[in-house]
Amino acid sequence: MAQVRIEDLTVQFSGGTRALDRLDLAIEDGEFFALLGPSGCGKTTLLRTIAGLVLPSAGRVVIGDRDVTRLPPGDRNVAMVFQDYALYPHMTVAENIAYPLKVRRVERSRRQEMALSVGASLGLGELMERRPAQLSGGQQQRVALARAIATRPDVFLLDEPLSNLDARLRLEARTFLKRLQGELGITTVYVTHDQAEALAMAHRMAVMDRGVVRQVGTPVEVFQYPANLFVAQFTGSTPMNLLPARVDKGALTVGGRRLPFPSGSYRLREGDRVTVGVRPEYMDLSTVERHDGLPGRVAVVESLGVTSLVTLEGEGISFQVVVPENRAPRAGERGWAVADPARTLLYDDRGELIRAF
Amino acid sequence: MAQATSPIPETALPSAGLTANPAGLSRPGALAFITPGLILIVVFLAVPAAWTLYLGVTNYALFGPQASHPSFVGLANYAQALHDPLFLSAVVVTVAYVFGSAVVGQMVLGFALAWKLRQAPAWMRQPIETLVLFAWIIPAAVVGFLWATFYGPPPQTGTLNTVLHTQVNWLYQFPIPALIVFNIWRGTAFSMLLSGAALNTLPPSYLETARLAGASGWQQLRDVVFPSIRGTLLTNLLLITLWTFNDFTPFNLTGGAIPGATTLPIYIYHEAFEFSLFGLGSAMSTIMLLINLIIALGYLWVLRRTAR
Ligand SMILES: Nc1ncnc2c1ncn2[C@@H]1O[C@H](COP(=O)(O)OP(=O)(O)O)[C@@H](O)[C@H]1O
Ligand SMILES: [Mg+2]
Repeated sequence: MAQVRIEDLTVQFSGGTRALDRLDLAIEDGEFFALLGPSGCGKTTLLRTIAGLVLPSAGRVVIGDRDVTRLPPGDRNVAMVFQDYALYPHMTVAENIAYPLKVRRVERSRRQEMALSVGASLGLGELMERRPAQLSGGQQQRVALARAIATRPDVFLLDEPLSNLDARLRLEARTFLKRLQGELGITTVYVTHDQAEALAMAHRMAVMDRGVVRQVGTPVEVFQYPANLFVAQFTGSTPMNLLPARVDKGALTVGGRRLPFPSGSYRLREGDRVTVGVRPEYMDLSTVERHDGLPGRVAVVESLGVTSLVTLEGEGISFQVVVPENRAPRAGERGWAVADPARTLLYDDRGELIRAF
Repeated sequence: MAQATSPIPETALPSAGLTANPAGLSRPGALAFITPGLILIVVFLAVPAAWTLYLGVTNYALFGPQASHPSFVGLANYAQALHDPLFLSAVVVTVAYVFGSAVVGQMVLGFALAWKLRQAPAWMRQPIETLVLFAWIIPAAVVGFLWATFYGPPPQTGTLNTVLHTQVNWLYQFPIPALIVFNIWRGTAFSMLLSGAALNTLPPSYLETARLAGASGWQQLRDVVFPSIRGTLLTNLLLITLWTFNDFTPFNLTGGAIPGATTLPIYIYHEAFEFSLFGLGSAMSTIMLLINLIIALGYLWVLRRTAR
């Protein structure tokens, strides 16, 4: 178990792609840390650099109190679960789990014992003599986890381990993995492009964009206070409403309408251009006129099951509101969307969050 | 298993009739398509093979009375072949040639090149691959001439002697090593290509998992690479063994005139065409065929055993 520190890390590939750009990150001991970002932003590269499979062009990787930047992968005591699981088809489940122990010259009976106990704790007891091809996707994933756990690594690296599972199984595996990590207490770096996964599982997370970290924080911080427009757009199951506005005599002009400022006080000047950000979940839909509401006409109603996502067309802007299923309006009706002032955010003209004080 | 599968609509399933006859051909129609191929196979493969078997039990020759009226001699040709020290020595030369150049040389070198070049940068990989391929695509006659010049004996000293400042008659003094080196040069490309193709099918994560566990290069090969591509490697071994066994290219270097470099095909050629002993030559060919068959069956057996 160990802390992982990434210092000023740059990875430039021979083709010229700069996958990581002077990146700094500190992952605490025992933490479940998620790396979230769109495809191609450098998540896998960061993970592989921690593992030692990619050598950085500059910067350091420190695990515990060891600088491992130039150490080969096998000397770092990290274990990685690949997206394709990388189970060896010619080995049984037991042999797969025991393989890293075999490489480390653990004696045969001892490693069989360890493989069996780890396998059993992951519910693979019955399958130990099977080949990977005879397992379901979920079972294969657990074998890959078992193989990684059996070596008792200091750091656990997971690259989109759930993305090959179907939706229902993914939810189960998510809960399973979170509980497992809690029990083992191994520092875990978890790569995903699925913001829901990161929010659900991580103690803390980093949101990445084109080789740099755009925000680090707990899922709640990242979800409620996205530090910039990129994070705001990337997190949340429905896209955040981002509306251009102007500061006008102690209020905000949005879509030709004067709305009250969100809670808190801001250092803003008359005439400043800002972006108002509010998640559809934090907006309410009124069917009667409200002076603090944005008027619009209902264009689309999408049922999300328990709730409905309503898209309204206002004066030159459109915005979305999540309403309870029993209050879903019909297309064509008029409505007023009212933002929760405690959950409304302001971004400056460079797209950075303006913090209230 | 908990995995949900989406049901396939009924219409998406091919009907049984279509699977049985996907091209929609009638039986006579299908026969019409394969008949030309079958005729070619019979005329150029089956008939000569049967003819060879027949000739092997006669005293047929190219000229003289036995040419028009060969007589049946039973297994006499076979007995003669097996008591012929030159025939037996040709078998030994051939086995050494096959083992040294195909099994050890081409196979090991070809795989090693493919394995090493995999990680090499393109500027290094592409020229090497091209060079190796060149050796393979140059016509055999040209190759024979090139290597005869390379090994050229004194006094009109060849390239090798010039480079080494030696006066060695390579093909006479070191016939088997000389042929082995030649054939490694000639045939490594095939093994390299086949091994390279097999290595490309290996997911990178297999090797990376092993590296993360701390496996050395050799351990990665032994535990991950060889078991994963064993089938391709064995098939490659079978092919190059048979090709080398039946290879006639050494004749282009030696003209068949160097005893220590006389492989089985060359010796049989001598007996049949130069001494006009077609009966004996055919018997020897049949023995060679049997050796090939045993090799092939051996490989198939290993392949089947390890495929489990
Ligand atoms: N081996 C490589 N050689 C060259 N470019 C690469 C290599 N691996 C990744 N890249 C590039 O680096 C960037 C980041 O890739 P990656 O880390 O795989 O992103 P992610 O995992 O976030 O989808 C991408 O632009 C990708 O094309
Ligand atoms: Mg990735």
